[in-house]
Amino acid sequence: MTALVPTVSTQQRTGHTTEHRWLHPLAWWAWATGLAIAASTTTNPLLLLGLIVVAAVVVERRKPEAPWARSFSFFVRIALIVVAIRVFAQIVFGAPTGVISVVVLPGLELPAWLAGVRLGGTVMLEPLLQAVYDGLRLAAIIVAVGAAGSLASPARLLKSVPAAVYEVGVSVVVASTFLPQLVSDVSRVRANRRLRGRSETGIRAVGSTTMPVLHSAMDRSIALAAAMDSRGYGRVADRTSRQRMYTSAALLAGIVLIVLGVFFLLGTASGDWGAVGGAVVLLGLASAAGSLVLAGRRSTRTRYRPNVWHAADVATAVVGAIVAACFLIGAQLDPVGMAPTTEPPSWPTLPIWGVVGLLVAALPAFVTPRPPEPTP
Amino acid sequence: MIDFDNVSMRYTPDGPEILTGVDLSIAEGEFALVIGGTGSGKSTLLSSINGLFPHFTGGVLTGDIRIDGRSTRTHRPRDLADLVGVVPQDPLASFVTDTVEEELAYTMECLGIAPDVMRRRVEETLDLLGLDELRGRPVRALSGGQRQRAAIGAVLTAHPRVLVLDEPTSALDPGAAEEVLAALHRLVHDLGITVVMAEHRLERVVQYADRVIALSGPGSPIAIGAPADIMATAVIAPPVVHLGRVAGWRPTPITVRDARRQADPLRHLLIGHVPPVRAVPEPDAPAAVVTHSLTVRYGSVTAVRSVDFQARPGEVVALMGRNGAGKSTLLHTLVGAQPPTQGSVSVAGVDPQSIFGRDLLSAIGLVPQEPADLLEAATVAAECATSDKDSGCDLGTTRAIVALLAPEITDSTHPRDLSEGQRLLLALSIVLAARPNVLCLDEPTRGLDYSTKARLAVILHDLAAAGHAIILATHDVELAAEVATRVVIVADGDIVADGPTSHVVTSSPMFAPQVAKILSPQPWLTVAQVERALADLEGSA
Repeated sequence: MTALVPTVSTQQRTGHTTEHRWLHPLAWWAWATGLAIAASTTTNPLLLLGLIVVAAVVVERRKPEAPWARSFSFFVRIALIVVAIRVFAQIVFGAPTGVISVVVLPGLELPAWLAGVRLGGTVMLEPLLQAVYDGLRLAAIIVAVGAAGSLASPARLLKSVPAAVYEVGVSVVVASTFLPQLVSDVSRVRANRRLRGRSETGIRAVGSTTMPVLHSAMDRSIALAAAMDSRGYGRVADRTSRQRMYTSAALLAGIVLIVLGVFFLLGTASGDWGAVGGAVVLLGLASAAGSLVLAGRRSTRTRYRPNVWHAADVATAVVGAIVAACFLIGAQLDPVGMAPTTEPPSWPTLPIWGVVGLLVAALPAFVTPRPPEPTP
Repeated sequence: MIDFDNVSMRYTPDGPEILTGVDLSIAEGEFALVIGGTGSGKSTLLSSINGLFPHFTGGVLTGDIRIDGRSTRTHRPRDLADLVGVVPQDPLASFVTDTVEEELAYTMECLGIAPDVMRRRVEETLDLLGLDELRGRPVRALSGGQRQRAAIGAVLTAHPRVLVLDEPTSALDPGAAEEVLAALHRLVHDLGITVVMAEHRLERVVQYADRVIALSGPGSPIAIGAPADIMATAVIAPPVVHLGRVAGWRPTPITVRDARRQADPLRHLLIGHVPPVRAVPEPDAPAAVVTHSLTVRYGSVTAVRSVDFQARPGEVVALMGRNGAGKSTLLHTLVGAQPPTQGSVSVAGVDPQSIFGRDLLSAIGLVPQEPADLLEAATVAAECATSDKDSGCDLGTTRAIVALLAPEITDSTHPRDLSEGQRLLLALSIVLAARPNVLCLDEPTRGLDYSTKARLAVILHDLAAAGHAIILATHDVELAAEVATRVVIVADGDIVADGPTSHVVTSSPMFAPQVAKILSPQPWLTVAQVERALADLEGSA
């Protein structure tokens, strides 16, 4: 069959021009992680708003036409709710530290044994500002994650997961196609109930709708399982018991080391032990990763059109690292600029490192290829 | 390539044998067609070829099946994936990924084929099956024929030596079926792939087969032979074969071409005779169903466009046309399950959307494409009792209709355990219990064997004679020729042809039944018509 069709025109037809292609999903996640780390280093509201705006611009310019890409506005809404909750909590329950009062709300006199708990009363500017800044920081992190979620295709992300956990990934994908079908089954069966002269609502409707829907869901699952079996799903390479032993040992050692390291990190205050703890955690992570690689050898799967790291993909990931680095350096060199004081309140400044970081963060909106257009 | 060595199969250790003592050898590059009535074990035979029976379905297999020397005893289906490609009955339920291109690559990914080879094979297969335009399309957005071709492509990329297909054309319109069969024909002839296929619609496929494997039910021996030999005596046969038998042609014709070459004497004999004209109601008789410039849109898609349609009592109207042409939408609008976007529907002068319950049931009934959607009880008896209560008729009415239409159905059976044909007849009985003036059937012949189809034809005849108006959406040109008094062809939401069956079906080869193709320009449509005319001739001679 190899010589049946000339393959000259393949290159043109695949649409793999520099204009439109999928960026590596991990590149988007690296970029977004950089933004999230940057956000966590600062409480400067100007920089945080800047990060949110940059994320929104990049999403607007590079999000593909796909259902999963519409999730960004959902994340933005969650971010707004987080800020609102943080501010609301401060107003109602927060301690009235500070000297500048903004407004006096009706307060509740609580009995003496509840000292330290407050409801309402005077709202002070200083803690309020601090709450807004904290809320914004969390909001910026959420927006960064949301941006990655709507820029990186989940199906393509699955292609980059380690072979050892591939099966889990497939289950997720199958489940994601299964739910919409269940919904359409329900509406079909409900429509057909009319043909038996039933009313279309009511608790009793649930019972008689459930049976046909569950039956067809069951039939479909069995058909899918049979098809996957016939098509070679779950073929594995032969492995010796020694290999299996190494894999399990590496995983076990990894978990033990991580637990020990975290114990050192959290349990001891002195700096020396903290460094040891960090090293042990890293060692544990490496060991666990090694076990995943060993387990992945068991699978003989290959990947069709795997995600490839081109210049733009690497650049996007590097941008993420640079943004994080800029903010971390800024936090060292200009701690006041990155975390403006609220007691007494001061106008936030624009630290130079932060501005550079923001400008770099926006680069992917212009240097990355556009996502492919949907086929009609 | 495929060797069955004294194979017997049963689903439970002490259950009845589905197939007994099968000795069978299918050579490389052969196109083998498996025929048999519903429940004769076709699907079981097919699923044993790649070991799904018994590895996946459970069951007991004695004897040995070897595919290219690999025994299914020691090889599970996944171990045969590089050798046997299986295209299941419902391709949609078998798609694992979400786009055509990913689906084509899936089997190869599982087999661990190198990425550059995969890339090349996907491109070749897209071209081979004409799927190139659809490469990025979500599999759920494909039409029936496209789905079937994508499912074939998805197993073909692994370069299997054997292709197993279970009723690949039964849900397809005639055009899409041709498309799929032409692709298969090319695979057999260009690539030497061995094809094993089960199909009820023999008139579509028998001419492609090198060998026919005829199953005649549990315990009976199977017959294997050249299509002409098997067809000469088989109970299950397409109209061309039946006509050949009636006319006494030797050898038995398999294709329209074979038959036409022998048909000259018959055509001479029939000169001066015309098929009996079906009694159709007076044109000015009041219509049972009327639509006025009916338009139905789903979002931006127009499913039915400004359609004026009517059906009168005593008429059997066949709605024909491509998958997705708007036939089902029209039927659902007639029963009031789908609100019209524009225009109006009236059933006996009433808007069907405004009536519910018993009023609706006695006005118009619909047997949906999936008859199982109507069924909800755990036994046939309970199902019938619920139906009596719903339609307000005397207890036992539905059961009596079931006994008439499908006497072999027993009370205690679970409706899901019935065969597809039996399920259809049970759903039909439930709809008929309320004695609806208008009866709609959506694709009733999907998965039905010839004997059930013949039974359905008789039932529809009787109902029409009793004054019911019957509207039938179907891809089956033979059934339409058999029962319809009028044929309406729908394309892209429009009615493009509407007239007496004999006029409409003979004017286009796509919708012409085999007898019409053989005896044209004479207006015969069915074997029964010719048989009666010949009997008259003998009687008068």
